[in-house]
Order: sequence, then structure tokens, then C-alpha cells
Amino acid sequence: MNKNITPPVIEIGIIGWLKKNLFSTWYNTILTLIGLYFIYLIIPPLLSWIFFDATFSGTTREDCTSSGACWVFIKQNMKLIIYGLYPSDELWRINIAYFLLTVSIIYLLIPNLKYKGFVGIFLLGIFPIICVFLFSGGLGLENVETRLWGGLFLTLVIAGVGIVLSLPIGIMLALGRRSKLPVVSLLSTIFIEIWRGVPLITVLFMASNMFPLFMPEGVNFDKLMRALIGVMFFSAAYLAEVVRGGLQAMPKGQYEASQAAGLTYWKMMGLIILPQSLKIVIPAIIGSFIALFKDTTLVLIIGLFDFLGIIQFVGTNPDWLGFSHEGYVFAAAIFWVFCFGMSRYSQRLEKKLDTGN
Amino acid sequence: MRPSKFSNFIFNRNVQGTFYQAITLSLVILGVYYIVQNTAENMMARGLASGFQFLGVESQFDIGMTLIEYSPTSTYFDAFIVGLLNTLLVAGIGIFFATIVGFAFGIMRLSSNWLIAKIAETYIEVIRNIPLLLQIFFWYFAVLRALPKPKQSIEFMDSIFLNNRGLFLPDPNFGEGSSIIFSLFWITIVISIIIFVWSKRRQNRTGITFPAFYVSIALVLGVFFAALTATGFPVSFDIPELKGFNYKGGTRLIPELVALTFALSMYTAAFIAEVVRAGIMAVSKGQTEAARSVGLKEGLVLRLIIIPQALRVIVPPLTNQYLNLTKNSSLAAAIAYPDLVLVFAGTALMQTGQAIEIIGMVMGVYLFLSLFTSIIMNLFNRIMRVGER
Repeated sequence: MNKNITPPVIEIGIIGWLKKNLFSTWYNTILTLIGLYFIYLIIPPLLSWIFFDATFSGTTREDCTSSGACWVFIKQNMKLIIYGLYPSDELWRINIAYFLLTVSIIYLLIPNLKYKGFVGIFLLGIFPIICVFLFSGGLGLENVETRLWGGLFLTLVIAGVGIVLSLPIGIMLALGRRSKLPVVSLLSTIFIEIWRGVPLITVLFMASNMFPLFMPEGVNFDKLMRALIGVMFFSAAYLAEVVRGGLQAMPKGQYEASQAAGLTYWKMMGLIILPQSLKIVIPAIIGSFIALFKDTTLVLIIGLFDFLGIIQFVGTNPDWLGFSHEGYVFAAAIFWVFCFGMSRYSQRLEKKLDTGN
Repeated sequence: MRPSKFSNFIFNRNVQGTFYQAITLSLVILGVYYIVQNTAENMMARGLASGFQFLGVESQFDIGMTLIEYSPTSTYFDAFIVGLLNTLLVAGIGIFFATIVGFAFGIMRLSSNWLIAKIAETYIEVIRNIPLLLQIFFWYFAVLRALPKPKQSIEFMDSIFLNNRGLFLPDPNFGEGSSIIFSLFWITIVISIIIFVWSKRRQNRTGITFPAFYVSIALVLGVFFAALTATGFPVSFDIPELKGFNYKGGTRLIPELVALTFALSMYTAAFIAEVVRAGIMAVSKGQTEAARSVGLKEGLVLRLIIIPQALRVIVPPLTNQYLNLTKNSSLAAAIAYPDLVLVFAGTALMQTGQAIEIIGMVMGVYLFLSLFTSIIMNLFNRIMRVGER
């Protein structure tokens, strides 16, 4: 018997792979051909519109003579898209925040670095406080009204506030719902189910129309504040259910062991149960953050100019009518990068945190 | 040192529990009281009367698309119903298409054909990570509003027309004798069900199978076409025609409706595809292998072993997606499709100023839908659990 006969050339290498994955049966061959035809129909025109036939340089719409996309439109409006109507002299304040945010996130993304915990605490605890002073003024900085806030900056502010504030509220609600005290558990359940049962738009309508009625005479929240409160409660209710899932996944022995060791309720939760259960649900929490990030676009319906709102707005500028395709494709690309990045990160984290039990 | 009676008392779990609950309850009651008090004062100051009397008042505004009779002389309650029906219409059409597209992509994602699986994966990853509102804007402003004028409509088979005024579909007209066809159709459906039950029972008793599926299909279609021929095709179509600057006749779907349902179905389909994939993958490989080893054919393995078990996993998250789609249909407000939120929480609220009543009613509708769905789901889970080990 000759052991050195190589497998037939058609079963190995690229040809083997092609045969196995694309042309294994006659109907697979047909499917492959149909798929290739679809790709041929969509990809080349799309690529030439976005890159090959597109105009990148110039300053006015007259420069866009080619059949492709007119990226001059985006370039000329870049300042509005990124900063909104924020005063030009004060843009450095936003830039500092963008810089700090980017550096911290890159630090967190690089594997095997020390002190990641501290960077995380900085990002969730200290950074937001710095931002409050940077953005709205105080401590010697000039006051900037929130109606001037807009663009990608506003989107990140809303998403950031939603994420930072809704997590603690969500954890409290989840603990409340799992509580043995019937009143606490009932109240938390009602609260969670009401927010989860209605669409975010109605929450925002409620925030902008009903909050002014709830407050005493003279107390006035601005539009952004109202939207933030609405977004915060809405997202807290969803996070509460995610956290509750983690609490339920904890084996009973963990509770019993901590009680046997004489820990009080808050020590048991804070030192034993929550650290473990939050770790399990980190991917799900990131999932909620992605949903929240996408949902921030809805604030344009109550008249705030977030990223998408600004894109809509610059599209109605008479100088740039008819370039809505470019605006939407650009916005979609930015949102996609953020959301896809977050979801890939959470998948990686899931693999890393999986301790196998 | 022995603990005193007092410390015994304050460290007692029940006492502490009652104490904390009393504090929580009184804080909540105080908060609610504060809000109610403020609201009452504010409404007094603005001269607003609370209550639902406004529902009987003439609305004095028109709505672009209504499924029931409606005019500016109708009441606010009529406007509420119109909005509700429009929401349910979008949700219904959206759910229908999202299910079909979602199942197709979910199955494609699991295909052994590498290219097909990658195409499905790309679709899912692109659509899921772009905000729905952006997609609705894209389809509405960048695609449908940019369509040609009615004169240069896009045509399909000379009967369906698409232009910037909307989608024009032929309307079926049922002439004399069509009622006979309908009743025959329903009778054959009932007979088919009886055949199914009978063949199942006989198979359980004797093991002899009967091709109930093909027989029923043949029966229903055969009788249907036979009746159609016998009565001389009483069904005609009212095909939209270009008259002046627009199409007349047929059914017109306004561009807002088309864009909204399209975006909603595409978006939700990406999520449904993931649900379907997870459901099919949840059926363990041993099930397929065991089914093959007892000699079942491939089609039967799928129908009798995989699909029933996968459905058990798929249905609860699927209904959740349906609910999401219904809630997301409220984004209609952004492109001025007259749904419940736009008509009632938008126009009606602006005119009457009855913020609390109106937003309460709108939220109530969505809460009812959520509650209703979760009750159905709990029932489904209870029934499905019976067969499990």
C-alpha cells in the first residue's frame, strides 16, 4: 500500500474549498450563481458612487459634476455635523472631551494593559463631571445654552448620559424587583413594565409635554434636560431586566453562603452577587447600549438637532438641496461603525469572560 | 452581654422589612402627591379642564389617510380610532413581510453555501447596526420622494404603478356569483381540516399514512378554479389609470405608508433572522441524527423533528420582535404618516392641550398591546412545556 498518494487535486486547496462550499450540488451551484449576480448588481455601482465617481475636493455644489456622490456637501458642513451650533470660540471644550474619550477608549481596547479598572472608573465616574462643566460652563467658563448643542456631539451627550445614569438606576430597579419585600418588588415591577411597554417616542412626547406640568411654578427644565430624563428612565427599565437576568442566573448557594457568613443584604449584593452577575450580563448590557445609541436619533422628533437631525437640517439648506443621499449614507456609515464596533467588542469580551462554568 | 429587648426588636428582619417598605411607600406617595398637586395648580393657571369631555368635541382637522369615514367635523375620539387603525395597519403589513424576509435570511444564514450565508450575514449586520429612523428617512426622502412623477411611473405588468405620489395597485371587483366561489372555498378548507384530523387518527391507530397535504391542496385549488370557470370569471380588476396629473382608480398606498412598512419590515427582518437562526441551532445535532437513523426522509426530519422543536425556541422572541415592530411604527410621526402618535399625541394634543389625558390614552394603547402579548406568550409557554422532559 502506498501511503504517499496525495488527495485528488479537486478535493484540496482552493478548488477543494470552492467545490465543498459553493458547488457541492447542482442547486448549490445555482444559488451561488444567483448570489454572484446579486453582488454584481449591487456592489460595483455602489463602490463607484461612493469612491470612484465621487467628488472629494471643492467648496460649492458646482464642483460636483461627476455622476458619483458629492462628498463636498459633507465636507463643507462638517463643523455643523460634529459640533452643532456650538460657538466657534468654545469648540476647544468639546475637542478636549472628544480627546479624553478617544484616549480612554483606545486604552481600554488594547489588551493586557494595567489599571484598566481605574480608566473605566474615570470614564464612568469622573469624565461625565468634567464634561458637565466643559459643555455647559461654570468654574470660569462661559455659559453655553443647550439649544446651541447639536450634531454628533449632542448624540454622544445623550447616549453618554443615558448610559452613565441608567446603569445605577437599572441595578436598583432590578434589586427592587427581586426583593422579598412585596411593596418594593411591586412598585419596581410596575415602574419597569410601564416604561418597557411604551415606545420611546411617547416617552419623549410625555417628557416634552407633561414634565412642565409636573413641576412647580418657576422651575423650568430646558428641552434637552427633559429628553435626557425620558431617555434615562426608558433605558434604565430595559437595563433592569438585563441585570435581573444576571441575578437570576446566580446559583442559590452564593446567596446562602454569603448569608451564612453573616453579610448584610447590601454587603451580600455589593460584594458577592452583583460583581458576579454583572460580569455574566456585560454582553447584554452592551447590547442595550447599542439600542440606546440608535434610539437617541428619536430626539429629533421633539426638536433637538442631534447627529441625524443636523444631517436632515443641512439637507434643507437651499445651497445644498438634492444631496440627501450623501447625508444619509454618511450618517449610516458613522452609526454603523459605532454600533458594529460595540457589538464586536462585546463578542470579544464574552469569549474572554467565559470562565467555563 | 445579652442583647436588650430593644435591639432584638430593631434587628428583627420582619420589623426592618416593614420599616423599609413603609419608607419606600410613603416616599412614592409623597412624590406622586407632589406631582399631582403641581399639575393641578399648573392646569388651573393655564385654564385647562381635566377630563375626557374633549373626546366628544369636533376635531376640525383632516387626516391624510383614513380607513374609516372621517372628516374635520368628526370628533377627537374618531381621530383616535383613525390613528389606532393606521398604526395597526402598518404593524400588520410590517409583521407579514418581516416574517417572510426574516425567515428567509435566517435560513440563508445557516446555508451550507458559503456565499449565500455571507450575503445573509452582511444584510443582518448592516441593517441591525443602523438606526431605524435613519432607514425610514432614507426610504422616504431619498428613495420614494425622489421617484419620477406619475407620467414617468415605474410599471409592473401594466397594472401596478410606483411614482412619487405612492404605490397604485389594482382593486379586485367581485361581480355576481363570486359569493358562491367564496363559500365553496371555505367549505373545501373545512373539508381539508377534517381530512387532516381523520388521517392523523387513522395513522395513530393503524400506522397507514394518507397524503392529506397534497389531497387538500388539490381539493381547495381544484374546486376554486372549477368554480371560477363555471361562473365565468366574475372577478374583474379596477386597474389604476393615468388621468391628468395623477392615477385614478385602484388602491393608492401613500408614500409614507410604503416607506414606513418597507423600513420596518427590513429592519425587523434582520432581528427575526437572528431569532430563527438561534432557534434552529438550538435543536441539538443528536435529534437530526437520531431521526435519520430511525429511517425518516430528509423532508420528514425537518418537518417532524427540527421545526417543531425550533419553533418552541423561536416563537417567544419572535412575538417580542412583533411587539417591537408595533412600538417602532410610532416613528411614523417623523415622516408624517398619520399613525396614533402623530394624529393623537401630535395634532390633537397641540389643539386641545390635554397632555395628560392624551398621552395617557396613547401609552395605554401600547401598554395594553404589550400586556396582551405577554399573556398570550405565557399561555403558549405553558402549553409547550407539557411535552418536555
